Parts: sequence; C-alpha cells; structure tokens
Amino acid sequence: MSGIPPTEHVETEEKNYLQEGHTIASWLLTKDHKRIAVLYLISVSFFFFIGSIAAMLIRLELTSPRGTLITSETYNKAFTAHGVVMIFFFLIVAIPAVFGNFLIPLMIGARDLAFPRLNLLSWYFYMAGGMMFLVAMMTGGVDTGWTFYTPMSSIYSNGQVTLTLVAAFITGFSSIFTGINFIATIHKMRAPGMTWWRLPLYVWSHYATSVIIILGTPVIAITLLLVVFERVAKIGIFSPELGGDPVLFQHMFWFYSHPAVYIMVLPGMGVISELMGCFSRNKVFGYQFVAMSSMGIAALGFVVWGHHMFVSSQSMYQGIVFSFLSFLVAIPSAIKVFNWSLTMYKGSVWLASPMIYALGFIGLFTVGGLTGLYLASAGTDVHVTGTYFVVAHFHYVMVGGTLLAFLGALHFWWPKMFGRMYPEGVAKWNAMLVFVGFNLTFLPQFVVGYLGMPRRYHYYYFAPEFQVYHVMSTLGASVLAVSLLVPGAYLTWSLKNGPKAPANPWGAKGLEWEAAASPPIKHNFAGIPVVMGDVYDYDAEAEELAYRGLPPREESK
Amino acid sequence: MNFPVQPEQASNFAVQYDTLFFIITALTVLFTGLVFALCLGLIIKYKRGNGKPEDRRNPMHHNIIIELTSSGVSLVLGMVIFVWGAKMYIEMRQPPKNAMEIFVIGKRWMWHAQHDNGVRENNELHVPVGTPVKLTMISQDVIHSFYIPQFRVQFMVVPGRYTQMWFTPTKPGRFNLFCAMHCGTQHSEMGGYVYALEPAEFSKWKENGGNRFKPKPSIPALAGKQLFEDFMCSSCHGEKDGKRAPSLNGLVGRKRDFTDGSSMVADMDYIRQSLLAPDAKIVKGYRQMMQPYNFTEEQIIELIEYIKTLGSPVGPMATNPAATTVATGATR
Repeated sequence: MSGIPPTEHVETEEKNYLQEGHTIASWLLTKDHKRIAVLYLISVSFFFFIGSIAAMLIRLELTSPRGTLITSETYNKAFTAHGVVMIFFFLIVAIPAVFGNFLIPLMIGARDLAFPRLNLLSWYFYMAGGMMFLVAMMTGGVDTGWTFYTPMSSIYSNGQVTLTLVAAFITGFSSIFTGINFIATIHKMRAPGMTWWRLPLYVWSHYATSVIIILGTPVIAITLLLVVFERVAKIGIFSPELGGDPVLFQHMFWFYSHPAVYIMVLPGMGVISELMGCFSRNKVFGYQFVAMSSMGIAALGFVVWGHHMFVSSQSMYQGIVFSFLSFLVAIPSAIKVFNWSLTMYKGSVWLASPMIYALGFIGLFTVGGLTGLYLASAGTDVHVTGTYFVVAHFHYVMVGGTLLAFLGALHFWWPKMFGRMYPEGVAKWNAMLVFVGFNLTFLPQFVVGYLGMPRRYHYYYFAPEFQVYHVMSTLGASVLAVSLLVPGAYLTWSLKNGPKAPANPWGAKGLEWEAAASPPIKHNFAGIPVVMGDVYDYDAEAEELAYRGLPPREESK
Repeated sequence: MNFPVQPEQASNFAVQYDTLFFIITALTVLFTGLVFALCLGLIIKYKRGNGKPEDRRNPMHHNIIIELTSSGVSLVLGMVIFVWGAKMYIEMRQPPKNAMEIFVIGKRWMWHAQHDNGVRENNELHVPVGTPVKLTMISQDVIHSFYIPQFRVQFMVVPGRYTQMWFTPTKPGRFNLFCAMHCGTQHSEMGGYVYALEPAEFSKWKENGGNRFKPKPSIPALAGKQLFEDFMCSSCHGEKDGKRAPSLNGLVGRKRDFTDGSSMVADMDYIRQSLLAPDAKIVKGYRQMMQPYNFTEEQIIELIEYIKTLGSPVGPMATNPAATTVATGATR
C-alpha cells in the first residue's frame, strides 16, 4: 500500500462539475454557474428550434405570391412568434446566459458569480416567461409583430397579447438578474493581479452589455406593462381613442429595443475578440480601443432610438438629430472590424472551425454595419424603412453577427464545457456552409426591399417580380437550416463518443484554459490563481512551439 | 427569368434618392471588399505553416495612427452621407406652398382618398404629372404607412393626428401603393395602385367625378348595398359561412347561437349592436375579429335594409316586411 492518505488521493482526482451529482434535482437546484449555463444552453437551443420552425414556415409561404399553406392570420402569428422567440428567448439570452455564465468566473479567476441564487432564479424567470409564451402560442397566438405597436396591440388585436406581454415582462427580469450578477462579479471578484486592463475583451463586452441591460430593460418592462394596463383596464396611455399617444409607445419601445440590438451583438463581439486572439496567436490588436469601443457602443446605443421613427410623425428636427447621432456608431464599429482583422498581422493564423465562424462574423457584420448607413441617413431611410431591406440589414447584424458568434463560441468552448472534442473536419466545412446559406438567404432580401417589398407581407401578387428573390431566399434558408442541424448532431454525438479533451486543446491563453481542467471542477480552480502576465500573451514562442510539438528555434539565426 | 434591381423612377425624389443610394452602395461594396481583401491577405501571409515556426520576434499590438485613421475616415464619410441624407429628408418633410392637397384616410384594411371637389376613391389614388401633391393623412384605427416605392416616399398614417407627405409625379403610369406598417390580418392586401395621369387627362378624370364615384341612391337598401361594398363587408361575410365570419344571408328572423351559450333570433337591434359593438355577441364557432364601425343611424338603417335582402331571390329592390315584423316581435 502506498503511504498517501486517502484525503489527498481524493483531492488529486477531484470530480468535474458534470459529475457532481446526477439527479435531476442536482441540476434544477444547482447554484453552480457552469451547470446553470448548461441549463441555459439546452433551453436556448430549444427556443431557437421553435423560432426556426416559424422562420421556415414564413420562407416556404413566401415562395408563392399568393401563399399556399396558411391563412394570413396564421402567417401573421408565425412571423410574430419568430420575432418574439428569436429576440426575447434566443438572441438576448444566448451568449450572455450560456457562455457569459460559464466563462466570466473562469476568465477572471473566481469560484462562481457574485450571486449564485440570483443566477438560478434568472433561469427560472426565463423559463417561466418562455413557457408562458408557448402557452400563448398554443392558445391562439399573437399577430402584432414582436414590436407590439399600439394601438393595435392595446386595442385592436384579438390574440393572446396580454399573456405574451407578461411573458416578455417576466423574461426581462431574468436579463436584469444576469446583468446585476455580471457587474458585481466583474467589479468585486477578479483574482489577484487581474487588473481591468488585463481582462479578456470577452469580459469587457459583457460588462458593457450588462450596463445596457440594467439601464434599458426596466424601461421596456414598464412600457409593456402600460400596454397591458391599457388593454385590460382601458387606461388611456397610447391609444388616441382613450386619450393617449400611439407614437409615445414607439419612443419608449425603441429606447430599450435599439440598445437591445447591442445587448444581442456586443457579447458576440466579445467572442470574436477571443477567437481572433487565440487563432491568430496574437494579442488582440488595439486591445484598449476594442475594450473602450464596447463601452462607446453601449453609451451611444441609448441616444439613437429615433432612427427607427424617421417616418413615424416625430418632428423633422428630432429626425435630423437622431440621424447625426446614429452615424457616430460607425466609429466604434469600424474600430472593432479593423482591429479584429489586424490581429492576424504578424500572427500565426490557424483556420480551425471556431476561427472560420469568427471570420464569417467579420464579413457579415461588415455588411450589416455598412447597410446601417442607408438607414441612419434620414433621407435614404424613408423609402426602405419597413421593407425587406431593413429585414436583411438586421438579420446580417443579429444572425450573421450573434448567431455566428454563438456557433463560434460553442465550438471554441465545447471541449472546456463538456470535456470532449468534436469532428473538426465536418465542423470546418459546416462553418463555411453556414456562411454560404446565410448570404443566399439574406442578400436577395436587400434587393427585394429596395424594390419596395414591405416586411410582414403575406401576399405580393400585385408585384410578382418580387418572386424570384423570395425563391432564392427560401433556397438559402433551406441550406442554412441544414447547416444548423449538422452541428446539433455531431456535438450531441461527441458528448459520448468524442475523444477526451485536454485542459487546453487550442493552446489558448486565459485562465479558463491555463488554470482550469476540461471540464472544470466544481469550484473552478484548485486554488485561486494569481495573474502575473498580460492578457493574450501569445508572444512567448517557446510555449507555442512546445504546444505544436516543434523543436525550439536555434539562437544563432 | 427576370432580375429587376431598381424600381421605376417616377417622382421628383426618385433620381436624387437613387444617386445617394448608389453612392452608399458603392461605399458598402468598397469597404466590404477592403475588409475582405485585408483578411484574405493576412490569412495568406500569416497562415500557420506545417512545421516551420513563424517569426514572432517583432510583434505589433497597437498602432494609434491606424485607430485614428479608421475612426477619422468613418466619421468624415458618415458626416458627408448624414448631411446629404438630412438635406433630402428636410425637402421630403416640407411640402411646397402651392401643392395640391388630397386627404387620405387609412383604416383596416383599405385606403380612402378625398379630392378637393368631392371626388372619392378607395385603394386607388389619381394624381397629375408635374404638380406637387400633398397628402394630409389620418388613420381611423391602428397605425398604417402610406408607401409608393416608385416615388421613393413613405410616411406613417397615425390615429389621432394628421401627418403629411408630398411628391411631384414625373411620369404617367400605374405604380404600387402599399401599407408598410403591419396593421393586422389583411395587412398585405391593404393597398392598390397610384395612377399618375397627364394634367389634361387628370382634370378630365376629376371633373367627370372620378372612375369610382357613385351618387348616393335614395332607396335605403341600395344605399346600404353601396356601404356594404365600400366597407368591403363581403370580404368576411360572404355567400357562405367563412373562416373569419358567418354569412349574413337570410339573417333576419333566424336563430343565432352565441359563444357564451345564449341564443336569440336575429332582429334589427341585433344587427345594429353587431355593427357598433361587434364583441357583444359572437356567433358560435367564431372569434371576435370585427372592429366597431361608427356608422350614423341613417347608415345603419340602410345597411340593415340591405342585409335583409341578402340571400333572398328578389334582391335589394324589394324588402320583406313580414320578416321584419316576425323578428322584432320575437324579442319583445
């Protein structure tokens, strides 16, 4: 027998977080940020699937100018369900609640988030909201569009508007809880040596996102509640018949919902910074500019809401001020795109599957950002507002941006989360298929939007020339759908059958890779790490060569 | 197969709109190309080799010149587009003093226009080429948006306040008229065509009372028929019970079952209530879908008189006094 005392023996083979309890209660009552992240991953994937079904229904229906499958009433419910589910139950939640939850404590060297119980509560609020919306869908649905414009939502629409508004209201609290948690954690729980300028850009972007969440979400919560009051109790706020002002709703709605675009895309930008750094083996170019551009986007995001309302009867002078402010967003966006690209300069570019998603993101976000110029300029917005041009633009930003970042993050951190590798060859080809399918779906929509196809139209028989673009778009959507099912299959397969992942399969820098196991133990680190070096410190050549199994460079050269 | 890429240019705004639109398009293509070329170049140059270690001895992690240049260029180009776009927007928002005024009312799901000499039209708008036209618009229910793509103009039509838009048609033809703000079930069918006519032709059209103008018939049932058609009641209340609403054929004197379990024999009061407060009694098998209509008492009588004739082989010229007596007697 060896002389090692049994206690020490247990310590060396500490169980990872997935092995800490196998009962359902051990998952549903967990306070571990990593397990809550897994709960969120399962839930957001489920809602993404629901939202995608609605999207396919819309795309199939639009292949014919007169529709074939469903009535106009059902069509309106389908696009409303698509918008509500994708925005409130996927895009806003996906990256912060899954990867933010999992990674922020690991990245800053903490054992958990600041408020673990609040974190679990946020998942329950999210699920309660989500389930309420599913009930609303099954008991009649909603046809107002996800924007809930008054007085249609407050007086005229017949569907389950109240239930949907309450569902969105409740889900808002889950966002607020997550935001509070992140801010407190990032301020108070950084490991020794983890200064603000050593924070990974992923953490910076989540910090900016959390600020937007806790400043913006209460406004939408109040607004939705006011619509419920008007609808249920006939208290006149937005409806002129009751003495209200319908355009007031738009101001209040977009005051949150424009910043919400940045809630959706900033976390994605954080992911891209991590991926570009790791797979270029380089410090992210202009680190401080990239960090501050996130804060700049968060601040500017709150003063541009009026660009959604150039033709909505707000005053001409308001329109001009909002147009001016909207153009300022171009600066931090340009900074990000150029700095990401230049991260490859003098680096060592490795085209692994997460990197292909990152490069895809840069391309699609560039197109999404630049097409924002048409819409920020008040004069050019007039003709294309409310058309498929806008639809294409925000899908480039929110799907091309956030969804690609989500997939990139999923592939990058999958080995860390579940300790398994997936088949890299399939993943690479699939990443390119996503890019192709996406462009085939949404490029034609720019053209058909400029031609004048209004969004939320079931029929377009009065302009049959639109059909060719709708057919192209539907073909693209089919490719995209396949390319989204494939990762679902091989990632699930890898859970049992994938090769075991080492602690740092990518040779990446950062505490989550260098100081934690794959998957991490329950309390993340054996002891709290002390941060000595700079962030993204990829310049130490010896380490890199050792990772790749190459001989050290000869000094004489 | 046809791949149209540009809508017709048919108003004073179209050419200047497209000029700015294509300049931004050129910038979009240029910068997308630039980012693409930059990434591709860097990937090719710095792609990780198989075995040969890269030279990592002189790293560069930041460069203030690049940051300031990219910020400066995006700010300057942004400001040029901003000023240009704002100038166009100001022009679009300010109708000239001499513009011809037409009133537009939006309601679910139709457009109604009134010309200054009393000519009215539904889901169509006739305008003269070469004259500035100002639309003063209001909605009777939810928010709509009056959109003519070939003119490059759009503005929302809001309940409770008047909004305005203007344009000068520059060539004769038929152009699309869309509602571009989601307004409910038949949103995509709320539209029609804008006809730009040569000035002489337009005057003739207007003087002749428009193509849709009908003098109001004096017989109530016929006046009711006109109302029934103008408000497109038949799009829901058809010959047979439809998906959205039951048929009104032979309604008066027939027993109706309602969703709350009650029932009654349809009479004049019932029809009046169904017009003014459709949610009060909902026929079994249906959901509340109809909006309240603020008809005058005179119009309601006319509509009821017409509805009484529906489904009878005689038609709206004759009414059936027996049915009325029976029906009113049954509820008292």
